[in-house]
Amino acid sequence: MKAGVSPPTAESRAQARARLAGLGFALPAVAWILLFFAAPIVIMAAYSLMPLGPDGRPGPLGLGAYETFFAESAFTAALWNSVVTTVVVVVASSLLAYPFAYGIARVVPRRWRRLALAFAILPFWTSYVVRSYAWLLALSPVGFINHALLALHVIDHAILFAYNPQATELGFVHFFIMLNALTIYANLAQINPHYVMAARDLGASAWRCFLSVTLPLSIPGIAVGAFLTIVLCIGDFVTPQILGGFRGLLLPQVVMMQIQRQLNLPMASVMSLVLTLVVALAYLAMQRWLRMARL
Amino acid sequence: MTRRMRWPGAGTALSALYMALCYGFIFLPVIVLVLFSFQSGDLPAPPFNGPSLRWYQAASADGRLVDGFTNSLLVGGSSSALSVLLGFFAAYGIARYEFPLKRAIQAIVILPLAVSYLLIGMGLLVSASWLGLSPSLGTVVVGHVVVNMPLAFVICLAQLGEHQRRVEAAARDLGASTFRVLFSITAPMIAPALIAAFCLCFTLSWDETLIALLNTRFDVTLPVVILSLLRGGVSPLTNAAGSFIFLCSILLMVVVELLLLRQRR
Repeated sequence: MKAGVSPPTAESRAQARARLAGLGFALPAVAWILLFFAAPIVIMAAYSLMPLGPDGRPGPLGLGAYETFFAESAFTAALWNSVVTTVVVVVASSLLAYPFAYGIARVVPRRWRRLALAFAILPFWTSYVVRSYAWLLALSPVGFINHALLALHVIDHAILFAYNPQATELGFVHFFIMLNALTIYANLAQINPHYVMAARDLGASAWRCFLSVTLPLSIPGIAVGAFLTIVLCIGDFVTPQILGGFRGLLLPQVVMMQIQRQLNLPMASVMSLVLTLVVALAYLAMQRWLRMARL
Repeated sequence: MTRRMRWPGAGTALSALYMALCYGFIFLPVIVLVLFSFQSGDLPAPPFNGPSLRWYQAASADGRLVDGFTNSLLVGGSSSALSVLLGFFAAYGIARYEFPLKRAIQAIVILPLAVSYLLIGMGLLVSASWLGLSPSLGTVVVGHVVVNMPLAFVICLAQLGEHQRRVEAAARDLGASTFRVLFSITAPMIAPALIAAFCLCFTLSWDETLIALLNTRFDVTLPVVILSLLRGGVSPLTNAAGSFIFLCSILLMVVVELLLLRQRR
C-alpha cells in the first residue's frame, strides 16, 4: 500500500512525523551556517559592489572596486605573489611529504606506525602564530641556524634569513608537510597490498611497480593534500606577516592593510573574493582526483 | 635472489635517513621554542643559559597574556560546546531519519570546511560593520562555530551506527520520548566521540588567529595577543607563552586520541 494513495493511517502519520523530526534536528545547524556563513558572504559580495565614495562611505552599486583592484599594480602584484607562493608551497610540500608518508606506510613496522604518525604531526598542535615565531627565532641573525653555520665556519658573519618570501615559503612548507604526509599516508594505507604483490610476481621491478601501481593509486591522497594546502595557504595572513616582512607582500596582508589603515571594506571584500575565486578555479582543475578520494 | 636481498636493505636505510631528516625539520622550531622558553637571559637565542622559569613567571604576571588566556578559554569553551551540540543534533537527524533534501542539507553543513578562514572572517567583519555592531568576542564565537561545527558533525555522524539504533528502538518501545532517547541513550553511548569532538574544536578555536584578529579590537584572544607581542621583537616571554599553549593543545589531543582509539576497538 502506498502512503500517497491510502487515507492517512497511523503508519503514514508516524512517517510524516519522523520526516519533520529529522528536519528539526538538522535545522539549527543549517540555520547557523546559512545565517553566519552564507549570509555574511553575500553581504560581503554586495559590499564589494559598493566602492567607497569620496566621503569614505560605501557608494552606489558598481564594479569600481574591481576596476581599481585590477588597475592597481601593487594589488595585482600581491595577487601574483600569493599565487606563486601557493604553487611553490604545494609542489614543495607534496614532493617532500610523499617519501615521508611512504616511509611510514611501507618501511616502519606496523606496530610503530601510529606512533610514527602521531609524532610526525605533533608540532601541528603548536599554535599557528607561535610556530611562525619559532621559525623567526631560528632564522634571525642571532638565531640557532646562524649560530650553527658560524660555528662550522660556513659563513663568517651572521645573515638575516627572515623577512623575505623564501622565509614565508619555508614556514608554510613546514606546516603543510605535516598535513600532506597525513593525507598521503591515509591514502597509501588504503591501497590493497595485493596489487603491488601481483605486479612484483609478474616480474615488475620495485621502481616499475611503484611508478605504475602505487603512485597512480595514491594520486587522490596527493590531490586532497594539495587542495587543502591551497585553501589554507592562499588565505593565510599570519605566516607572511611574521616571516615575510614587507617585501613581496601577499594579498591577505594587503587585505589587512585595507581594513586597518585604509578602512576600505569594499576593497578588502573584493580581494577576499578574488582569492576565493582562485581557490574555486583550483578546485575545478583538481575535481577529477578529489572526487576519487575517500578519506 | 641476492640482489633482492640487498636492495631492500639499502632502500630501507635511505628511507630511514630521509625520515629522520624530515622529523628533524618538523621538530626544529618546536625545540627552539621550548628550549629558549627556559632561557634565563633576555634573548631567546644561543647561548642557552638556564634552565630558568623566569619567563613563565613573567608570562603569568603579564596582564595582556592573562586576559588573552581567559578570553581564549571563554571563546574556545562556548564555541566548542555550541559546535558539538549543533553538530550532534544534525548528525542524529541525518543518521536516523529519512527526509527530503537530506543530501543537500548535509552538503550545506560541511560547506565551511572547503573555504579559507579569511573569507569567513571577512564576511563576519563586513556584516557586523553593516549592522553597526562593534568588534567583539561574540562575533569570534559565532565564527568559530561556523568553522568547527562541520567537524563535530562529521565526527558524530561517523560514530552513529546500527549498534545504538537497536538500543534506541528498545527504549522507544518502552515508552521513552524522542529527546529522552537522545539524551539518555544515544548521547551517553557516543560520549567518547562527543568529548573528542569537543577537545578537537577547542584546540582549533584556541589556535585560530585570523577570524579572531579581524573581529576583535580591545578584548582579544591569546593568539592575537602573541601576534601583537611580536611587534615588540623577539623575547623569551613569547616562548614561554607559546610553550604553554603547545602543552595545553598536546594534552587535549592526547585525550582525543585515547577516546577515539578506545572507541575504534
